[in-house]
Amino acid sequence: MEPIISAKNVSVYYGKKQALKGVNLDIPENQITALIGPSGCGKSTFLRCLNRMNDTIEGCRVEGDIIVDGKDIYDPQIDEVYLRARVGMVFQKPNPFPKSIYDNVAYAPRIHGLARNKDELDNMVLASLEKAGLLAEVQDRLHEIGTSLSGGQQQRLCIARALAAQPDIILMDEPCSALDPIATAKVEELIEELRASYTIIIVTHSMQQAARISQQTAFFHLGEIVEVGKTEQVFTSPQDSRTQGYITGRFG
Amino acid sequence: MTDIQNQTNKAGWPTNGANKILAKRHRTERNFRRLGLTAILIAMALLATLLVSIVGKGYSAFIQTTITLDINFEQEILDPKDTRSPETLKAASYGSVIRNALRTEFPEVKSRIELRRLFGLISKGAVQELRNAVLANPKLIGTTRVFELTASDDVDMFIKGYISRDVVEQDRRIKNNEIVWIDRLQNQNAIQTRFNTRFFTGGDSREPEVAGILGAMVGSLYTLFITFIISFPIGVMSAIYLEEFAPKNKLTDVIEVNINNLAAVPSIVFGLLGVALFLNVAHLPRSAPLVGGLTLALMTLPTIIIAARASIRAVPGSIRNAALGLGASKQQAVFHHVLPLSLPGILTGTIIGLSQALGETAPLLMIGMVAFIVDIPGGVTDPATVLPVQIFLWADSPERAFVEKTSGAIMVLLSFLVFMNAAAVLLRKKFEQRW
Repeated sequence: MEPIISAKNVSVYYGKKQALKGVNLDIPENQITALIGPSGCGKSTFLRCLNRMNDTIEGCRVEGDIIVDGKDIYDPQIDEVYLRARVGMVFQKPNPFPKSIYDNVAYAPRIHGLARNKDELDNMVLASLEKAGLLAEVQDRLHEIGTSLSGGQQQRLCIARALAAQPDIILMDEPCSALDPIATAKVEELIEELRASYTIIIVTHSMQQAARISQQTAFFHLGEIVEVGKTEQVFTSPQDSRTQGYITGRFG
Repeated sequence: MTDIQNQTNKAGWPTNGANKILAKRHRTERNFRRLGLTAILIAMALLATLLVSIVGKGYSAFIQTTITLDINFEQEILDPKDTRSPETLKAASYGSVIRNALRTEFPEVKSRIELRRLFGLISKGAVQELRNAVLANPKLIGTTRVFELTASDDVDMFIKGYISRDVVEQDRRIKNNEIVWIDRLQNQNAIQTRFNTRFFTGGDSREPEVAGILGAMVGSLYTLFITFIISFPIGVMSAIYLEEFAPKNKLTDVIEVNINNLAAVPSIVFGLLGVALFLNVAHLPRSAPLVGGLTLALMTLPTIIIAARASIRAVPGSIRNAALGLGASKQQAVFHHVLPLSLPGILTGTIIGLSQALGETAPLLMIGMVAFIVDIPGGVTDPATVLPVQIFLWADSPERAFVEKTSGAIMVLLSFLVFMNAAAVLLRKKFEQRW
């Protein structure tokens, strides 16, 4: 099967410091790919390359090719704004806009002109909240401020907000690191459900989480991919001693 | 070793040695609190002194002494040809009418010097009062009416008790015979004290009893309006550009340092710049709120830029990331999310900048807003003065009666400032967002 994302020899520099050193990674469609590794290994940097969020960081330079759906996303003709609508992102800390729940979810359809009228917009908002498993909890208070929700609900609101932009790919940067175990379980459940319709790439510090939800795992270390393969295989019989050491908790 | 053992026992609770340190720590803490409290008390005492002295001196500016006379609107004097045309009525000698009324009231006064003193009891502004009354109602001509006329500043000061009877006559602005007249008028209940509406409805005047502050208030409003429409958009746009779009390099560093320096430049320098730029190069009208506003805008700009940058920077980066991650353009992220969230801070900064501008005097002296202007300005290009300059002008006037006017004007200016700062607080409260 043709991978939906294909990174070839990607290097990233922050000023003079090199954060990624020639990374190659193929990401298959409708699967969950987990990026693991110790802090500062470049996994978040790599994730942020995939929707060109690194462009917003001063002094950041990306080399190499990243092909998403057959197109080189660093081609000057590609509009990064359009790219980010197709490649959604969920951040480490829940960051709903300090606006109503409805306006949070409706924001992307509004700026991209996805809905032709109010009814369509309403439907999109409700469908996105439904997909994010939040609808039942917030149905009666769509016009309350988004930041009034609990942490886990906020994170699912952020996922709903990303879904409303109608992306094919969703990037998640440690989406559960600020949540308690119960909220984490709910978000994980949600991520697994979303796999049917979306390709998901998730950065996580939790080995268990990577093992539970992902089909492919890539282990990053010092700006390089040390090992990549089927999750089962990486966790049960790692090829590299560094991977072995990291997943068993001996370093990192 | 023994020292350490002395200070803590097994459970880790302080022993005698450690207690001393603890007691000392508590003592310094108490002392620090006392010092802080003292500082606040001193500040409040100073503020209270200021307020008490200003209000004490100034409250009487809002009170006006009037003298009631039987005014005979004689046809012969006011409109001998019986035309009733406004020109005739405007030009008529109302002074004679007042003088006649005083003569009838005090028939015993005959000598010219005494008569001049007698006529001096009534303000020169009273002529205007009668003229307005007749113009509004020409039927008054030919009748005799009881009329309340503004008293002269000396009478006003005497009634308010600022001129003492005990002073030797030659050192006193109100002479003995005048005191006799005033006493007689008072016995007839002809002397009243009223709320001084003219203070709020009139322009400046050489006569303290008819001098008003409206001209300066309108001038201040026009000036602030110009300052606001120039400095707010430019300031906010510069702040947004510098914070959100400009690359961080040597050039923007230099710009940043310069903006901070500009905020510290003495205001008189901005006044000189205003003279050079707006008067000598652009040939804008001298003494006008337009030039004053532009000059103050130069001064307010750095304040607004600094405040706006600070509140834009205070918006968490996660909000920008969220918007950008959804495919919003940079501009959309700024205008949909960052700007609304930073608006309370920006508005607060702007109002603080504007209240600085409201109280600013020096640069306006440079561009000629210090002129004596009687008319209330009708637009931004009319000659005008502003509240602080009006205070400066009155404080400089020799008449005793201007002292209370000065304090009265200060009270008006202070209430404007309090009002603006309260507005800043309210705006911040209203628009503040939680996250």
